[in-house]
Amino acid sequence: METKILKKVDLIFQESNVNEVIDIVTKTVTRSSDDIILDIIDSGLKGRGGAGFPTGLKWKFTKNEDSAVKYVICNADEGEPGTFKDREILDTVAPKVFGGMTICGYSIGAKEGYIYLRGEYNFLLPKLNKQLEEYNKLLKDNKIDFTIAIKSGSGAYICGEESALFESMEGKRGEPRNKPPYPTVAGYNSKPTVINNVETLVQITMICKMGPDKFKELGTKDSRGSKVFSVSGDTPQAGIHELELGMPLADFVEDFGDGDTKAVQVGGASGHCVPRKQFKDTIIGFEGIPTGGSMMIFNSSRSMYNVLHDYLEFFTEESCGQCTPCRVGCQQLLKGIESVKKGERKPAYLDELKKLANTMKISAKCGLGQSVANPFNSIVDNFKEEIIY
Amino acid sequence: MSEYLVNLKINNIPVSVKEGTSILDAAKKLNFNIPTLCNHPDLSVAGNCRVCVVEVKGARLLSASCATPVSEGMEVFTNSEKVRTSRKHVIELLLSEHNADCTKCFKNGHCELQSLASEYRVGDHVFIDLVHAKDKIADISSPSISKDDSKCIRCQRCVRTCEELQAVSALAVIKKGDHQRISTFMSKPLNEVVCTNCGQCINRCPTGALTERSYIEQVWNAINDPSKHVVVQTAPAVRIGLGEDLGYDPGERVTYKMVAALRHIGFDSVLDTDFTADLTIMEEGTELLTRLKRALVDGEKVALPMMTSCSPGWIKFQEHIFPELLPNLSTCKSPQQMFGALAKTYYAKKKGIDPKNMVSVSIMPCTAKKFECNRPEMRDSGYQDVDYVLTTRELAMMVKQAGIDFMKLEDEHYDSIMGEGTGAAVIFGATGGVMEAALRTAYEIVTGREVPFTNLNIMPVRGMEGVKEAKVMIKDVLPAWSFLEGAELSVAIAHGLANAKKVMTAVRDGKANYHFIEIMGCPGGCLGGGGQPIPTSPEIRGKRAEAIYSEDEHLALRKSHQNPEVAQIYKDFLGEPLGHKSHDLLHTHYKARIRY
Repeated sequence: METKILKKVDLIFQESNVNEVIDIVTKTVTRSSDDIILDIIDSGLKGRGGAGFPTGLKWKFTKNEDSAVKYVICNADEGEPGTFKDREILDTVAPKVFGGMTICGYSIGAKEGYIYLRGEYNFLLPKLNKQLEEYNKLLKDNKIDFTIAIKSGSGAYICGEESALFESMEGKRGEPRNKPPYPTVAGYNSKPTVINNVETLVQITMICKMGPDKFKELGTKDSRGSKVFSVSGDTPQAGIHELELGMPLADFVEDFGDGDTKAVQVGGASGHCVPRKQFKDTIIGFEGIPTGGSMMIFNSSRSMYNVLHDYLEFFTEESCGQCTPCRVGCQQLLKGIESVKKGERKPAYLDELKKLANTMKISAKCGLGQSVANPFNSIVDNFKEEIIY
Repeated sequence: MSEYLVNLKINNIPVSVKEGTSILDAAKKLNFNIPTLCNHPDLSVAGNCRVCVVEVKGARLLSASCATPVSEGMEVFTNSEKVRTSRKHVIELLLSEHNADCTKCFKNGHCELQSLASEYRVGDHVFIDLVHAKDKIADISSPSISKDDSKCIRCQRCVRTCEELQAVSALAVIKKGDHQRISTFMSKPLNEVVCTNCGQCINRCPTGALTERSYIEQVWNAINDPSKHVVVQTAPAVRIGLGEDLGYDPGERVTYKMVAALRHIGFDSVLDTDFTADLTIMEEGTELLTRLKRALVDGEKVALPMMTSCSPGWIKFQEHIFPELLPNLSTCKSPQQMFGALAKTYYAKKKGIDPKNMVSVSIMPCTAKKFECNRPEMRDSGYQDVDYVLTTRELAMMVKQAGIDFMKLEDEHYDSIMGEGTGAAVIFGATGGVMEAALRTAYEIVTGREVPFTNLNIMPVRGMEGVKEAKVMIKDVLPAWSFLEGAELSVAIAHGLANAKKVMTAVRDGKANYHFIEIMGCPGGCLGGGGQPIPTSPEIRGKRAEAIYSEDEHLALRKSHQNPEVAQIYKDFLGEPLGHKSHDLLHTHYKARIRY
């Protein structure tokens, strides 16, 4: 397996004002949309929200749909516990997000773009709206038929799931839809839609600026480019760090840990908990553990029971509630570890709960319920004695 | 759906189905049964209970078979180890948040969750009980519907019913996660919100979360009280639905066995709502002709189109949603309430019974009738006109409780008076039936001739299309009706409140030119009423409709004005349609209600 040594990068947060972005956009749209999409495919860029779908393919599928109306949506519903990178991106380099959206609109044939901003980030609205006003005007001046607007969410975690996000944007209750159809066929308002993460869209602007080859120099075959990480927990360097993808977790811990690191939760509450003994063999990237960027570091003072308990409380509350495995499964996992802890149920009940988590993984309606097994199994497997005693 | 065929394999057996077919339906074609809970033939696909999951070869996730369309070359397994484990887990999870006091439950023996639990033998493994004590207190604020959240499995069939079929949305999903519930606006009690009491949610609830408010015990008490004379009336649609709860297939007519059963149960007078259905035609037909005359001859501003008023769910809907159109509603009470008012006056007088000792019970395909009989204006006899309303389902329960072998009963006939009904009254039970009955009589009153349709069957107003329209040319009228000469009567029929809303919106916006509109609150009309046997589906309602029209064809008298008992009541008691007595006993008024 190809691994990279940890390298700090500075691409995403390179200052770019509105005019510079417009410059990149106007240059890009002189090319054919097919060429642009080929470049994005060639770059190997995968979605930065966590799921890692190849961005270029998503665009290609949407472009191929025959529809007069299409949409570009920026998913800024950054709700994963431990993730705070999109806020920083929108706060400091928002025009690069607008640029990515515009290039996408041009490439797939969409005239409208929306940023779905999580309710808790409404404090960014005045600034973003002001930037957008200027940006939209410049698009118009440059005869680029695309406008961007912002829609605010109301704080439900589930609305970061793309189809629940569409429902929310349409004014309905934020509940995930059945798939298929996928957003590329029927997304917002049932029209073909590209929905990309904030960071993905910034990467688009950067790829268009510097070319796919330059982008490909970073990362590994399966995980091209750099990634913004939200580092938190027992670390002297809590905050936002842009790092090359494909590094071993051991390198990361050496750099960011406090010398007493017991485990790292990679990918937020819905991600995997990696114990110390696996640091060396764990690659941060799509070939290893993919992540939307959240890296929570725990040292030996932390109770992994409490960590898991917190996550399960979170999922129990944030499940949209429509599908059985997620709504009831989360509650059972939470109450289950509580009852084992209290000695009401035998430790072997954890095995029953793991089976239940595996059912949730394959039968829940959306990514929320499907991913609860990640923290549950990885924490229970690696820290069983902390759950029981 | 496309005509293009897709080839796939289910449990290794090849099958070809049309593109767009769900895996569930494709499996049905091969007679593989996949259990479902949130799926319902009348509703959009939800895919949220996850009990119907199947394994598709090569897929990381299981697929909800109800919500996943087939694709070429797909290989599906409906009973693999993964599927069985997941399915069992889903059932166990649902049971863990379900108040499984099955023996005490109204739906015991008719509960879809109960049958799945029994099929999958989930008793040996139990998750932690998650039922909240607060949820165990059922909302019984409505006289029609009881809502018990502790039995709810969040399948949202009721929510989709209320929104998609009825356009009411009294029930909706609130909150999320472990706090998610099916509730009302601001979680107000059902009797304070826009709920029309139609009971369609009950017909589609897989468990005992939504049931009718039952008055069986009160009725038994009345029957067992020797000082009471208990009269019972039976609505048209009960006779073609009741059999389904007593061992028959849908579409069986059991009118005269039902009469026999009611006598066995102990009702003192077994009478027929069909009588007042015929009477409704006389009153409502006259009202329509009068409104037309006032508009056309006297040039008065009269509320037209006139709309039928037989369906109490529809009436309450109109009071909530289109109060500005209340003057357009016929002032006629529903046949049930006409019957109630006459039972404690006319019938009591004729039979020498003190109305104070009379208990008036009606058997209805309807839950809204339970609300209707409690409306304060429904006391024109000086007493509550109808004391208790039982659904078709409740009657079936009473038949079983009474130990009656229903199928072996000999036919018996209704008592007289108020026991005679024509075919025109029977078809009140199907969408379009009131319109057809009204046309059979009104046309004849105006022209002196029978309606110009073969065998009196007015086919254009029949059938299950959501909104139907018809036009009837009126020519060669009798002298008294000369103002109608050459007029073309334009009518519309809608069933299910979502369809009613479409028609009412057009009327309100001045985009519809009808004279007369029939609306039934429930899909299919009363035969699909909220008090009818469960399950329901387009297919079942189709069979019930066939039975209704066959009942009509088998009767000698098929026009309301031919009913001899109707002629007699006008002669002995009422005088004339829309007369003083009619006004006092048979007509009513409506009130605007809040919109949440």
